[in-house]
Amino acid sequence: MVHSFLIHTLCPGSAGSASVCRVLYSRAFYSEPLVQLPAGLVPGAERLLQKEQVAVVARQVKSACTLSRQAAGKHSPESCPPPSDEAAAVQEADCGMFRLGAGEPFQGEKTVLWLGVLSLGFSLVCEPHENLLLAESSLRTLTQHCLDHLRLLGPPGTDVLLKADRIEALLDRFLPHGQLLFANHRFIHSLDKELAASMAK
Amino acid sequence: MFTAGAESLIKQAREIQDEDLQKFYTRVSKLLHGKDFGNETVDSLQRLYLIVSATKYSRALPEDVLQLLQDLLCSSKTAEQFQALSCAILRETFPCDLRNLSDEEGNSKTISHVAEVTLAQGSNQDKVSSVAHRVLKCLEARQPEDQINLVSRKLVDWLRYASIQQGVQLSSGGFFTSPRTRQPSPITEVDGAVAADFFTVLSLGQSYTEDQWMNMHAFSMIRKWLLCYSTDGSGNGDTDDKSEVDGSVMSMVSATSTSSRLLPPKERLREKAFEYCHRLIEQSDRKALKKSDAELQKACLIEAVTVMDIICREDPSFVYRAFACVKALYGRLSGDLAFSRALLPIAQFYLNHSETAAVDSEAVYRQLFTRIPSELFQEPMLAFEFTQFCRVNVKVLRESVGIFKHSFPNLFKPLAWNSPALISEYVELLPSLIGPDTAIEILHSLLDLPCLTAALDIQLRSASSQPSERVPLDPSVKVSSSMEAFRHPYYRGMFLYILRDEAGTGDTIDRLSVLHEVLADMADSPRIVQCAQTTPILLQVFFNEAAQFADEKLINQLVLVILERSSLLYDIPNYKREVQRVFSSQLLVLCKLHPSLIVEQCKELMEFSGTTGNIQSKENFYTHVVWAIGEYLSVSYDKRCTVEQITAFFETLEAVLFEITQVRLSASIPTYSPRVITMLLTTLSKLASRSQDLIPRVSLFLSKMRSFARSPAVSSWYSEEDIEEIHTRASELINLLKLPSVAQFVLAPSTEGTSPRWHRDTNTSLPLAMRAISKVLQRDSSFSPG
Repeated sequence: MVHSFLIHTLCPGSAGSASVCRVLYSRAFYSEPLVQLPAGLVPGAERLLQKEQVAVVARQVKSACTLSRQAAGKHSPESCPPPSDEAAAVQEADCGMFRLGAGEPFQGEKTVLWLGVLSLGFSLVCEPHENLLLAESSLRTLTQHCLDHLRLLGPPGTDVLLKADRIEALLDRFLPHGQLLFANHRFIHSLDKELAASMAK
Repeated sequence: MFTAGAESLIKQAREIQDEDLQKFYTRVSKLLHGKDFGNETVDSLQRLYLIVSATKYSRALPEDVLQLLQDLLCSSKTAEQFQALSCAILRETFPCDLRNLSDEEGNSKTISHVAEVTLAQGSNQDKVSSVAHRVLKCLEARQPEDQINLVSRKLVDWLRYASIQQGVQLSSGGFFTSPRTRQPSPITEVDGAVAADFFTVLSLGQSYTEDQWMNMHAFSMIRKWLLCYSTDGSGNGDTDDKSEVDGSVMSMVSATSTSSRLLPPKERLREKAFEYCHRLIEQSDRKALKKSDAELQKACLIEAVTVMDIICREDPSFVYRAFACVKALYGRLSGDLAFSRALLPIAQFYLNHSETAAVDSEAVYRQLFTRIPSELFQEPMLAFEFTQFCRVNVKVLRESVGIFKHSFPNLFKPLAWNSPALISEYVELLPSLIGPDTAIEILHSLLDLPCLTAALDIQLRSASSQPSERVPLDPSVKVSSSMEAFRHPYYRGMFLYILRDEAGTGDTIDRLSVLHEVLADMADSPRIVQCAQTTPILLQVFFNEAAQFADEKLINQLVLVILERSSLLYDIPNYKREVQRVFSSQLLVLCKLHPSLIVEQCKELMEFSGTTGNIQSKENFYTHVVWAIGEYLSVSYDKRCTVEQITAFFETLEAVLFEITQVRLSASIPTYSPRVITMLLTTLSKLASRSQDLIPRVSLFLSKMRSFARSPAVSSWYSEEDIEEIHTRASELINLLKLPSVAQFVLAPSTEGTSPRWHRDTNTSLPLAMRAISKVLQRDSSFSPG
């Protein structure tokens, strides 16, 4: 099972203030039985904790991606020519995995799988024994669809914030309830068609 | 990409004023009340989602908006877009008290959305079970006693009895003809052949029937289901729960299990899941026409072997059947690096079951620890999974897989290449690799880890370069780059040593400094710098672990390596300093464990501490060495300590101190920090207190130092504070040494200082001693006893 999917920034970009890492979209498919929160906390405490967890993942992906790009001797994404299309962008994306130990920040151990496309990060937070090869191909499929349907490669890049229903539609099909699917190209084709039909509405 | 526009939207959503927000809520409420499902409503709901999700603090939506959103969510007539938006908004509204669905509202899409909201907020167990109950009702109206058995039975049906005809596509037909259906055609395999057996996720069709979709979903979740439910309370013999359907498709792989219909649901599910995995493994041997299907085949192999592993753990009677299949699979894949990720679950299978089945597993582990890390270290995903595999199984690997412990030079390759991503894995893994027989070599390997990164980089570049650039160089040519050195016979042995696969092989490290020099052109490459930044952490882990089991012999060896390698390091910015910092603290730990090492390594320590150059290159480490000598060179730690040894060390250090405090004429000669000077002064005094003939000598030296500190030349190199520090320390020591017994008490305190006697007995009590000492230290030099 995938615990959550998130889209976030990797570097400040032309708009950003210094080192802020913005979470643009996040979706947790289930909430873990949380540590018993002290009684008497404000009602939003649980939500606050979930949001902080997401932010921790985004920040760690950001530094993992920065280090990986540095090591590979890549230039900052701003100085790179934009990729020719979405498919190429996903193919050239940086990728990696790392483990979050129990309590850091989720109660149980998790594995984070990330893709870095220019200044955007796409991450899956997975259960420790997830099929990571399947997770990787699912993340690539999701990322490509996000780039396509949210027109993320070009300006104004606000669809990711304003068209949440599109991301929802995508996740409902390709990652229903956080379940990774063993979908062959014909299944994917059907899902694609269904998605295109729903987007066209 | 992320733009200023997007940034400003987030800011607006976060900073929206309450008044505006209330107005906005009212508008949303109006639109929803009016059942307006036009663009304006879509736009408003999209913005509402942004407003509630962009901040980490919860926003309390008005009751009526919440109610309207719930109506949207729960009505089966709501369009997908609205259902998705209301679902997303409600998920973000904590805590959202979702009402129970009425029976009419129970279509599967609605239940799915309700489940989404409930699970995302999931602290309320009652809500979760109520939704789960609704889901199960969709599966079967007649609710049996045991819901787990119900799902298991359903899974069996979906997995094994999906139709093998393609889904029927409705063609709209022409204007005058009525819609007609095409003749159903059979499902095919990924290579285009007609399906040879029952339907699986690797079966292709133009379109799929409902049960084929369920087949795909069932296989996707089978692992999780087996892990959760197949062990608890299995063996339920309730005959009612046996599946009625069977035998709709004759299968090759299930030929052995015709009696399976008589099994209880959980066992039957195991049997059917096993057959399914068996078929997938066979199907993965076919050449897929589509690249994405070839990728799926690999993922299926991983899943199939893992599911078989789970089944065998639960029911060992499957082990023999499974091994026949897994062994054949290993034979098929082992030569092909493209399938390396599938080798990990296979190795896991061997690790868990080879003993039960009495199967030889040596070759599998050899392949795993030899080729994968040395040939695929640069694949980040594989490197991570490989390391995870080692970490998770470290106990078994250490105890029963001989090659594991000797493969550390290979295991370090993924680490050297991806150090920031893997450091936390290796912090856990490393202790298990260290043993009395491997410790010294591992220490050297860790210290050379950045060299390994450089060597791997060169190896990769060399492999991708023109063949002409790969031929060995003429031995007489002088190399001008690290890349050329890689091809030069003179350096060949060194590279082979650094890149060795197993412990105890390859050249020695006699000429390590030569290797460091030739790699100098890569010392500031980011990957190497990253590796150099993580190495000190691993060194710390290494010493912590080694200290657990090290005997006297090993401790002596470690100290020798520390002394030798403190100057023999790859010259990377900050690397030397950080490693020396670890060495400094660890030297003291080792001395504490085995104080005799100072006597035992007397010759090396004297040579090291007598070399003034060591102060310039590694002052901090040098200071620690000198401190250790002063502390532990004493007959109270080792009876073998002689007056001659103490005198020899005294004279060595005296000469160094004399040299570094000479008034220098040239400004180019470095000045030494007051810390080194005071440390040497103190150490000399400590040694003198143990061999009292030396006291007059050191007192004379100390008074010279006092005047040295006050000389005009010195004031041009040192600040007033520094001078003060040297002066004070010299004065204190002079005072102390006037009372040899007090000096001994202070400068060579008994190791029993922590024992209770020191705090209780009035004659030896610590407070008394402390008072005496402060008197001695605070008095002027005119202090006289009595």
